[in-house]
Amino acid sequence: MTTVHSIRPDATTSDRAGSGRRPTAAIVGPGNIGTDLLVKLLRNEHLDVHSMVGVDPASDGLARARSMGVEASAEGVPWLLAQSELPDFVFEATSAKAHEANAPLYAEAGIVAIDLTPAAIGPFVCPAVNLAEHTSEKNLNMITCGGQATIPIVNAVASVTRVPYAEIVATISSRSAGPGTRANIDEFTETTSHAIEKVGGAERGKAIIILNPVEPAMIMRDTVFCSLEPGADRDAISAAIHARVAEVQRYVPGYTLRSDPQFDDPNELWGGRGRVAVFLEVTGNGDYLPPWAGNLDIMTAAAVRVGELLASGRSVA
Amino acid sequence: MSAPEIVGAAGAASASAPAAKRPVRLTDTTLRDGSHAVRHRFTEQQVRDIVRGLDQANVEVIEVTHGDGLAGSSFNYGFSLVRDIDLVAAAADEAERARIAVLLLPGLGTVTDLREARDAGAAVARVATHCTEADVSIQHFQAARELGMETVGFLMLSHRIGPADLAAQARIMADAGCQGVYVVDSAGALLPEGAAARVAALVDELGDDAQVGFHGHQNLSLGIANSIAAYEAGAKQIDGTLCALGAGAGNSPTEVLVSVFSALGIPTGVDEEQILAVAEDVLRPLITRLPVADRASIVQGRYGVYNSFLLHAERASERYGVPAYQILKRVGQAGYVGGQEDMIIDVAIELAKESV
Repeated sequence: MTTVHSIRPDATTSDRAGSGRRPTAAIVGPGNIGTDLLVKLLRNEHLDVHSMVGVDPASDGLARARSMGVEASAEGVPWLLAQSELPDFVFEATSAKAHEANAPLYAEAGIVAIDLTPAAIGPFVCPAVNLAEHTSEKNLNMITCGGQATIPIVNAVASVTRVPYAEIVATISSRSAGPGTRANIDEFTETTSHAIEKVGGAERGKAIIILNPVEPAMIMRDTVFCSLEPGADRDAISAAIHARVAEVQRYVPGYTLRSDPQFDDPNELWGGRGRVAVFLEVTGNGDYLPPWAGNLDIMTAAAVRVGELLASGRSVA
Repeated sequence: MSAPEIVGAAGAASASAPAAKRPVRLTDTTLRDGSHAVRHRFTEQQVRDIVRGLDQANVEVIEVTHGDGLAGSSFNYGFSLVRDIDLVAAAADEAERARIAVLLLPGLGTVTDLREARDAGAAVARVATHCTEADVSIQHFQAARELGMETVGFLMLSHRIGPADLAAQARIMADAGCQGVYVVDSAGALLPEGAAARVAALVDELGDDAQVGFHGHQNLSLGIANSIAAYEAGAKQIDGTLCALGAGAGNSPTEVLVSVFSALGIPTGVDEEQILAVAEDVLRPLITRLPVADRASIVQGRYGVYNSFLLHAERASERYGVPAYQILKRVGQAGYVGGQEDMIIDVAIELAKESV
């Protein structure tokens, strides 16, 4: 596995960064996700906030951004692209449909898009797994919350042994499931399943999402099951999982194992294969979103991590 | 109570001929809810034999799917011996009059799975969500209607919210194109007045927009009593399984539902003798362990724990050396919902750590 430390500057897009100032990022979409991104970006050492962009003049998110001293506009992406100084990055926190319309405009303006919507125009990126492969991309997709929480584990196991099948169960608090997720829940299962294979390295992937309304709101839980060949090296798998959890903790401090990886012997019901089960809990950082919304926090934290790693790569140039 | 006496008494008390009672439609879900009780290991031949028997007894709707719905075959819920789409195809091939239903849980099954089931011969789409999360089913109801399927909505663990809140969730389903919404007592936790109040609230809310159904479990041995209460409150569809084969303590037994409704003079359209024969001669010999209201499943009823958790809790109990009923109790206290089978292992590990 290539680690995130191996990222090298991307010479072709370092023109603005060459001016000596820090790279800048705009946030498009002033909702809960956008506001949480803003809080994280404002304390980031590698990126400066360019602006917050929305389409509704009455938006609370835009008002909040202004109150934090950030330039904010309700005139949408056309306003952003008309600025004399364009951002280096844009974090898209709108909807798949909006990003499909915006993506060509960002590309034309030479702005790198970090896409938190399900549009998946660019490659799937998980910072603890495959960012190094995509440093020269102009559009990077952040998969899904369940994907960000589980794919590092699938990939850790796949870095040690063959994973014929991996299955993940993501349970989130009902209060943290927005209308977009609810209207198209199939998109979550399909996108995450696909990314378990493509990014995680499992030969076949399956994803399940559950919404739980219990009060007080439950913290995000994720379970990863990987099918294992008989005789797979349990110590090596366990060590790889622990190491990868530590890697994710660098940008999501509340990402923890509930217990040691659980190994089960090969079983006829499992096609003669064994299994490792990994139980995770994701407590959010409480930046803007409450700590139980770990599913939203891991998306914004992973997106900021991608921006920060790409930006710090550039600053070196 | 003695049903024949009630019928006789009612007849005797009335001077005129008793008015014909409103019929009820029975859906048999032996081959879906019963799938839990056989750990999703139904063979194609078993499916064919059971469908043939139910069809000959004139059961109108037969549900065939993995216990957790389409695409339920998994580590988390248990792998199917035979792919559920193949079982749906066999059932549709075998049934001459009955229509085949499939279950879909959004978040697990998708519209793609539903389309495949329709192509395999399924005519009824039953879409199930936790009782507070009806809006995740909207896309599936819309797709099912576009596919020309009859639609039924399942509000699972209905005991967890009150009648008015449940009716508001039923409205979301009906507006999305659902033609019948069930009060689903997934934990067998409802008492008759609770079942009736919920059904009545849904009938009141939905009016002619959608029918109301009831799906009962036997944890507190109230599946039949709750079904009668539901009918009296206006339910037009009732679920059962042969010999109560189903998750947890099992379901309202179809053959008992037929007998009781017959005793009450309520038409089901199902042949009483034939349904007893299929329960006794076809199903019973196939099953090594029929569900029963034992300590673990009664605890499920009392703590409102999703019934399919039972066998998973028994497995975790063996693996981690902690009692199944204690696992289930803690799962109930934590408020876990249908689909969170993974938390059973998590709880078992936690209990094992505490007992050290």
